[in-house]
Amino acid sequence: MDYVLSFIIFLPTVAALVLALFLRGDDEIAQLNAKRLALFATVITFLISLFVIAEFDPSNTGFQMVEQAEWIMGLQYKMGVDGISVLFVMLTTFLMPLVIWSTWDMKVRVKEYMIAFLLLETLMLGVFCALDLMLFYVFFEAGLIPMFLIIGIWGGANRIYASFKFFLYTFIGSVLMLVAMIAMYMDAGTTDIATLMAHEFSTDTFSVLGVQVVGGMQMLAFLAFFASFAVKMPMWPVHTWLPDAHVQAPTAGSVVLAAILLKMGGYGFLRFSIPMFPVASHMMADIILWMSAIAIVYTSLVALVQSDMKKLIAYSSVAHMGYVTAGIFSLNQQGVDGAIFQMISHGFISGALFLSVGVIYDRMHTREIDAYGGLVNRMPAYALVFMFFTMANVGLPGTSGFVGEFLTLMGMFQANTWVAMVATTGVILSAAYALWLYRRVVMGELIKESLKTIKDLSPREKWIIAPLVAMTLLLGIYPSLVTDIIGPSVEALLHNYNAAVPMEVVTAAVTH
Amino acid sequence: MTSADFSIVLPEFLLAVYSLAALLFAVYTSKDKVAGLVTWATAGAFVLAAVILATRSAGANIAFNGMFVDDAFARFAKVGILLSAATVLVMSQDYMKKYDMLKFEFPIIVALSTIGMMVMVSAGDLMALYMGLELMSLALYVIASFRRDSVRSSEAGLKYFVLGSLSSGLLLYGASLTYGFAGTTNFAGILSVVHDGAPLGVLFGLVFMITGMAFKVSAVPFHMWTPDVYEGAPTPVTAFFATAPKLAAMALFARVLHDAFGGISSDWSQIVALIAVASMFLGAIAGIGQTNIKRLMAYSSISHMGFALIGVASGTVGGVQAALIYMAIYVVMNIGTFAFIMTMERDGKPVTEIKALNRYWQVNPTKALAVLFLMFSMAGVPPMVGFFGKLAVLQAAVEANMTWLATAGVIASVIGAFYYLRVVYYMFFGSEVEPLDNTKGGIANVVVLIVGLVMLVGIVNLFGVDTMAMTAAEALVR
Repeated sequence: MDYVLSFIIFLPTVAALVLALFLRGDDEIAQLNAKRLALFATVITFLISLFVIAEFDPSNTGFQMVEQAEWIMGLQYKMGVDGISVLFVMLTTFLMPLVIWSTWDMKVRVKEYMIAFLLLETLMLGVFCALDLMLFYVFFEAGLIPMFLIIGIWGGANRIYASFKFFLYTFIGSVLMLVAMIAMYMDAGTTDIATLMAHEFSTDTFSVLGVQVVGGMQMLAFLAFFASFAVKMPMWPVHTWLPDAHVQAPTAGSVVLAAILLKMGGYGFLRFSIPMFPVASHMMADIILWMSAIAIVYTSLVALVQSDMKKLIAYSSVAHMGYVTAGIFSLNQQGVDGAIFQMISHGFISGALFLSVGVIYDRMHTREIDAYGGLVNRMPAYALVFMFFTMANVGLPGTSGFVGEFLTLMGMFQANTWVAMVATTGVILSAAYALWLYRRVVMGELIKESLKTIKDLSPREKWIIAPLVAMTLLLGIYPSLVTDIIGPSVEALLHNYNAAVPMEVVTAAVTH
Repeated sequence: MTSADFSIVLPEFLLAVYSLAALLFAVYTSKDKVAGLVTWATAGAFVLAAVILATRSAGANIAFNGMFVDDAFARFAKVGILLSAATVLVMSQDYMKKYDMLKFEFPIIVALSTIGMMVMVSAGDLMALYMGLELMSLALYVIASFRRDSVRSSEAGLKYFVLGSLSSGLLLYGASLTYGFAGTTNFAGILSVVHDGAPLGVLFGLVFMITGMAFKVSAVPFHMWTPDVYEGAPTPVTAFFATAPKLAAMALFARVLHDAFGGISSDWSQIVALIAVASMFLGAIAGIGQTNIKRLMAYSSISHMGFALIGVASGTVGGVQAALIYMAIYVVMNIGTFAFIMTMERDGKPVTEIKALNRYWQVNPTKALAVLFLMFSMAGVPPMVGFFGKLAVLQAAVEANMTWLATAGVIASVIGAFYYLRVVYYMFFGSEVEPLDNTKGGIANVVVLIVGLVMLVGIVNLFGVDTMAMTAAEALVR
């Protein structure tokens, strides 16, 4: 089991290659074979990834299952997981089979669609496992290519605009990060992430074009990384690509985007920003907390007025990511634990919500809220599932959404009471838009002629949703399942952070 | 002139003898009927010369009293020049035949210009530099207007000639100023005179020489000729313009700056950095509005030259290494892209409109995928090889304390990404129009596929180019 990480990372690629090279034709049978092979590969990947979580030792806060080899230009191929990344790996491998299965009715260019998703899985797993700065960047950026194609080829009417916006927005954020990465490489002489975490980057003030940069190199590098992760996250005010991308992407693309790709931003903050630039993180924490609070309130308000279901859920995603960034930059145990929890839980909930929208979109081919109403009369099972995830999205106790929001709010409260107060109003607003959406779509009399023949969930759809319901409930009722795994690593992260931030900076901030 | 000197210039000498012999042979036999044969023979001669150079033992050999330097740097550049020229010759055959341009002069002129490039990158003296440069340029002027009956092609040749001579004049003027103030034309001699602080005259000379060389690599503000010449010249000629001469000129750039003016790198590094920034941005922005893929490639190459110049501007071993890696990758990408452009046709006529690529994916999925890889590689998106070229030059810039240059570079690369994505957009998401012909067979098609694959497979170890470029750079920067 020495190479288990490389194995799960590249297994989907192998399946994609088999599809590309050996599967011919575009008839029904070939399409079904493509889907079957993709599903098989992702299921196997998930099963093997169970070994990763079984072998994983939460009390060890270092990197585990490390693989290392020389690569080009002084870089290295190094993979490994710790308490922060291992659950994202599990989230990815868990969701991908469901995503593939949800595309079973797909008819257009199925083989290529499957290849794109399989490659995307490889790249996403690579991001969470990479322990070399440049290797991380390669996976991080390469993920744009399949997603660009998924939106551009299989997307909705306005897909070209959305795909370009998605690509260029994310690209400009990441290239700045690239420059910072190179500067870090030159400064520390290595691209090894574990070594870089122990390296102290200079905080001496210097001037760029006559502007004094307080926090020095740490601050500049922090800002460059922030540019990338804030766009990916996405944080207000650079979130505008997300609603466009979500609306135009096909259902499976939306699910992957919301459930996994967005988590890369939060993961990046935890993996790079805080451990490598603790002083800069400390200096920026308040600003980021306020940006998150604004994001929560503003995007929740925007979500209220949406007439497109997918757009509404996309804005709700931005709001929920606001809790994540606020939790991370509370920089205390509850906050960071809660942020990771919220990311995992949002992976299940938002994935399920987009799947739910996909279910009725497949039947009616519209995402307009006004086109629906009274679905409960013909789709009771659907109404139940949608209710459940609406509630989970709002943060009803008993679902995983509650634990994430509660922990992050607790963290925020300790870091900055005012921010916590503003952010808490987001809970009310999210209840408002989510329940209102539910009322308009599901409740009431079924009067629209076009809905009179709509069918309830098929067995396949039920089986896809069921694991998500189970996970949301499980994590809601028994959250230690997650916090036990992430706890020690988060503790170590915060311990190093507190050790690195000099006392006078802390006291100065307090007295200020 | 001893026999030792001749053994050093053996590859150039062989090629020169070969081209004259081939010319006579073709003239006295059946002229254009042997054009195919001559093309293959020329490509073979290129490969042979490349093999001689590649297998040569390490170390520097100096011939003709320092006029000619054969070191690892020159060998790296020459092997690149020879192999790319050979590939371009071979892959253009089908195109030339199809559009009735298969003439025996083409490979011979290419061979002559290649000799010029080889002399250029090996120059150890201003005289040798000028000789090589002019041999290359004169041959290029001729093939720019190779399609005699086409107005555009003739215009391209004339434009290139007039502007090229102007730049040669500037270069010559700079060389004479340098000679006047340094008292020697030999690079080693100039280096010993201007190691710390150059006389104003030498600086003037340096600036004029940089101008001349910037013209040859088509860097801003001396880039004006590029789009017109690229568009007007026949596609195989454009393919040649975009590859070997660019590599040669960039190598010459690095050689002159380091071998002759290495002592005053702080003086020229600013100038080169400025040229680099201007090229990257102009290439990236002006490319956006283009509708012709050959013009687009012209702006793309202006932008790429800017990136390679970042490496030169940093003035370090790592910088030269990065520039060489970048140029090697650039040449491969351009060979692939132009091979594809050669195969673009509708109803048997060549097409260069970008719009014509609409839904090309449905015509030929494999080739479309190869071009997708090429475009993302040009945009510098990992995991394609093009990213590692960008990474190398950015690293060099940061290492040389020019982080601002690296930052400018990445911003330009995002702007430039737009037009590469546009090509992908037409091919994969475009609306239905009359599709292009699905050309099959032919060497150009094979080249597209191979290069497309190379873009992806290269991440494993870059085919060892990075270590070779390291050896080359260490030979140049002392």
